Amino acid sequence: MAPEDPVAMNPAPTPSLRTKISRRFLESLVKIRASLEQPTGGNIQRRARRIKIAAYSSMACAAGSRRAWSRALLAKLRSRAKRRHHSQHQRCLGLKRKRAGSRNMAPYKVSRANELRRLVPGGKAMDLCNLLEETSHFIQCLAAQVKVMQTIVDRCSV
Amino acid sequence: MSSRRSRSRQSSSSGISDDQIIDLVSKLQQLLPEIRNRRSDKVSAAKVLQETCNYIRSLHQEVDDLSERLSELLANSDSAQADVIRNLLMQ
Repeated sequence: MAPEDPVAMNPAPTPSLRTKISRRFLESLVKIRASLEQPTGGNIQRRARRIKIAAYSSMACAAGSRRAWSRALLAKLRSRAKRRHHSQHQRCLGLKRKRAGSRNMAPYKVSRANELRRLVPGGKAMDLCNLLEETSHFIQCLAAQVKVMQTIVDRCSV
Repeated sequence: MSSRRSRSRQSSSSGISDDQIIDLVSKLQQLLPEIRNRRSDKVSAAKVLQETCNYIRSLHQEVDDLSERLSELLANSDSAQADVIRNLLMQ
């Protein structure tokens, strides 16, 4: 792990990352669009949820399985899809949040990091060093995903 | 003698050096739009982590909003599909 990795230091998302995301996301959009429904309010909401899932899934796929956060995110999406298909039980996925908070004695860095762990997929199992590393990559991909979606919206709403 | 609290020594026991953490935090700092615009080097690690959490949440919110807009656009216009396909072919 070179400390001076120029690619990792670059804040802008690389074009190949956005290309990967765009391709996968657009494929999902075409599929979603193909399932024609009446544009009622409820259907729009349902489709919006499918689009959101497609967004996270295309982002995680584009990131590849080398990253812990993308693996964790893909696993969560898959298990959520399985649950939706196989059973009607809507179990909340934020299961183990009721841990005794270590906010009393922990220094500020650690307690802030705990909040970050909840936001980054798979963050709970990482040590601080990996967490920071994964977070920066996660942010880059998430920002790229937002950029892709914004571009599509801009192009479609001419 | 007395401990210098400028750098927290809590994580030394797990084998992670403070320098590594400082490097990673500054790398994170570069990604955050707000802090980058301020051009200040004196941002504390806590602030960086806080801003990171805020930034991630705002990005999630943007994904939500954009998903809704895309859903409406797909529902409303047929030309949207042509645009989408055109975009796909241009990659």
